[in-house]
Amino acid sequence: MPRVPGTRTGRNAELGLLLFAMVIVALFGATAEINQLDKLSSSFWVPAALLTVLFVGLHLVVRFRAVYADPVLIPAVALINGLGVAFLRRMDLERAIARKEPIPGIFGAVGGRQLMWTLFALILAALLLVIVRDHKTVSRYAYTLGLVGIVLVMIPAVLPASISEVNGARLWIRIGSFSIQPGEFAKLALVSFFAYYLVRKREVLSLASRRFLGIDFPRGRDLGPVVTVWLLSLLVLVFEKDLGTALLYFGLFVVTLYVATERASWLIIGLLMFFGGVYVAYLLGASVGGPFANFYDRASVWLDPFADKFYNREFGGSYQLVQGLLGLGTGGLFGSGPGGGSPWIVPEVRTDFIFAGLGEEIGLFGLSALLVCYLLIVERGLRAALAVRDSFGKLVAGGLAFTLGLQVFVILGGITGLIPLTGQTTPFLSAGGSSLMANWLLVAMLLRISDAGRKPATGGPAVQAGGPKQPPAQLHGAMTEVIKP
Amino acid sequence: MNAPLRKAGVVILVLFGLLFANLNWVQAYKGDEYRTTDRNGRVRVAEYEIPRGVIEAGGQALAESKATDGELKFLRVYPEKQVYAPIVGYKPVGGAEVGIERSEDEFLSGASDKLFADRISAMFTGEEPAGGNVVLSIKPKAQEVAWKQLTNNERGAKKGSAVAIDPRTGAIQALVTMPSYDPNPLASHDDKVSGAAYKKLNEDKDKPLLNRATSENYPPGSTMKVIIAAAALKNGYTQSSEIQAGPEYIAPGSGAPIRNAEAETCPSSKVTLKEALTDSCNTGFARLGVELGGDKVKKEAQAWGFEQEDLTIGSLRDGGLPVTASRTGAMQNADGSIDQAALAQSSIGQREVRMTTVQGALMAATVANGGRQMRPYLVQQELSPDRRPIYNADPTTLRTPIDSKVAGDLKEMMVSVVENGTGKRAQIDGYEVGGKTGTAQNAEGADPHGWFVGFAFNDKGQPVSAVCVMLENVSGGHASAEAARIAGKIMKAAAGGGGD
Repeated sequence: MPRVPGTRTGRNAELGLLLFAMVIVALFGATAEINQLDKLSSSFWVPAALLTVLFVGLHLVVRFRAVYADPVLIPAVALINGLGVAFLRRMDLERAIARKEPIPGIFGAVGGRQLMWTLFALILAALLLVIVRDHKTVSRYAYTLGLVGIVLVMIPAVLPASISEVNGARLWIRIGSFSIQPGEFAKLALVSFFAYYLVRKREVLSLASRRFLGIDFPRGRDLGPVVTVWLLSLLVLVFEKDLGTALLYFGLFVVTLYVATERASWLIIGLLMFFGGVYVAYLLGASVGGPFANFYDRASVWLDPFADKFYNREFGGSYQLVQGLLGLGTGGLFGSGPGGGSPWIVPEVRTDFIFAGLGEEIGLFGLSALLVCYLLIVERGLRAALAVRDSFGKLVAGGLAFTLGLQVFVILGGITGLIPLTGQTTPFLSAGGSSLMANWLLVAMLLRISDAGRKPATGGPAVQAGGPKQPPAQLHGAMTEVIKP
Repeated sequence: MNAPLRKAGVVILVLFGLLFANLNWVQAYKGDEYRTTDRNGRVRVAEYEIPRGVIEAGGQALAESKATDGELKFLRVYPEKQVYAPIVGYKPVGGAEVGIERSEDEFLSGASDKLFADRISAMFTGEEPAGGNVVLSIKPKAQEVAWKQLTNNERGAKKGSAVAIDPRTGAIQALVTMPSYDPNPLASHDDKVSGAAYKKLNEDKDKPLLNRATSENYPPGSTMKVIIAAAALKNGYTQSSEIQAGPEYIAPGSGAPIRNAEAETCPSSKVTLKEALTDSCNTGFARLGVELGGDKVKKEAQAWGFEQEDLTIGSLRDGGLPVTASRTGAMQNADGSIDQAALAQSSIGQREVRMTTVQGALMAATVANGGRQMRPYLVQQELSPDRRPIYNADPTTLRTPIDSKVAGDLKEMMVSVVENGTGKRAQIDGYEVGGKTGTAQNAEGADPHGWFVGFAFNDKGQPVSAVCVMLENVSGGHASAEAARIAGKIMKAAAGGGGD
């Protein structure tokens, strides 16, 4: 797509930020090596350099295929992704030293695998940018995607626990040593479907209403889809034993619904239904047990993780949560420095609890910076939604960005004891291919939509640069909106 | 659609704000607490990075650190197991220490300020840092004899304790309690092993974890008569003063008569104070107590160390095994006046009078040391990792309840107990031994406790050891005779005369 002369694309800024992020990653790796090996190996820069090559590769794809895409997204994600790889490599060194084994190669062990996964994830993201030239084409496959999404969500619940259950939550498909979390991909498919469905139905959902207590409530018959998704997410809660995933799907749906209809009543109904459902599940878990017992356990552990009865419990206790909190506390304000702490004490520190492991070494200041990076990605995603002109694009970008933010909140809130702990991955950071690939696809989609939003309107008089943006009046007038790819 | 998108952005901001606030709570506000809590594995690993110092006595290691291949680099081992457990205690992984391991923890772990210079010099010389060593005042021979004699006592008593002190310094020569426990599994690096061992010991109805020498007090029986005799000697009585005795005594205002242990004990209406102590005359001392009055009896007991709440046996500077207070108990009527019957019974160590084994030994040591009660201690020396002395125990006087004249009289009377009276089984060849027996009723239908408090002088006239032996619920009568026999063996060993 030809660049319009005189407009700023931000591509050079993107490259600069990206290189800066990679310098930080290289410094993390170097410090970790010095702390752990008491020397700097001659190849300390190789992982950071390889990552740089990969990310610059994506940058080049964007430079030619999504010229106007948001320039902050890739550097922010690359920094988090790079720190994840560097931290995992640091954990590999720890293990090799403890076992008196040779230091693993660049592509060896968990850190090396994460590097490989980053490569695959970036290839997928690049392919998406190359193949999907206009995000509206996705809407053609909306029903297919919806079906795929629901199937992906349901698979682990249907499979026997031996294949799908890890640490009490059934979110996986494990075949041998290979495992994927289908839910990670499901959120992409579901957002696309919801967006399509809501664009078609938004008029009905937003206009037909009854007023009660000053708030417009929808008609009973229009509640159908909301109730369906609510039931679906509660089923997930009960059968996959995972509050976080349920919260994610339901939050995703309620938010896209709210954005589509601009009706706060949907939010109120949604929140009441969800927390009502969760509370009932908690009560049922306390009294009936059965499928609700796991959730009840997790909630009680969350309420008092330091209690002896939970701490000393062999399975499903609070040992992991407490050790994570102690790791974070040990890190304090500045952390022990990369390679200076003992994050291996925390179980699952490479995956679910990577944030606690990092927190011990980079401290409150480092984690705050990381939080800001996540916040930047989410808010930039929402900005893409604001800028893009079509409703489908707005809903997809808004839904994806919000879901990402919600997922970060759910897992980090869980680790820090803010909410009950659930087995979510930390986007871009946790070891594992599914999460990395799905989230890079999400970023690619945001890049694509932000490109559409920031692109100067071709043939039009000019872009309204600087001036207040006009509301897209024509959309409000339309009874139904046809998505034109 | 833009307005709700902006609101969604605000929601995300709020959620991230919550995360940020909570991170501040966890990492900044709670940071110090989390960093140092026992559950923090980092604390454990750091604690076991350097070898904890040795606890030793007479050149024998009682607690030492053995290098391991594990995550925790040193394992704490206790080669002498049960024998020293009540003194040395143990250091569990990630839990609270017990005994000397607790009171000397800072020094043993190397964290003490006293070892600051050593840490600095280790930094420059490249020496491996280590904890400081603690040398106990215990005489291994006396400790082993005490343990062997107590556990193999001729009456089959299952519980009891013994304490031996050097009367001149207050150095503890032996301190045993029965039953005891093996501290090694409690120090295991495997939480399951240590947890199971602790659970088993803690639930044992014989309470092997309880230090019966320091933490329990019992009715002292006739050993209390030493204190009554001291009060009498201070109030104009002499050894040969005649006191009223007889086969039976009914205190004013009570119906229950006090009798003697045997019909042949002081049947005549008058005996000398010395004879009364030698034969352990209950009626005589009960009358004497009533005659002296409740205040004097209580004050006298306090002068000897009763009611002291904060005594610890460890280093003379601070800390150590806490010693439970000995008690005279209430002797008042409801209107505050003295209950004469209670006073009469208290004067022979019954009613609500309670004494620890440590207090018993201190009592004998005070008499042997001419009236000066030395503060008891266990830590003789603290040595730096390279065995340079950092601290040497400097004996201090704890209190002086009696002057040397009274002490001399009491000594003569107590020697008479061992030579002519109830304590004959405590005699040792070559030593002048004195003491007082006690047989204490403790519960309806239960066998009485047997006591012996005593001391030994060598041929140069120096008091070499003071001891208290206490056996719970001794069957077969003459409960105190077995205690006296064991006391003799311990004193002989403590005096360096061997013994078994």
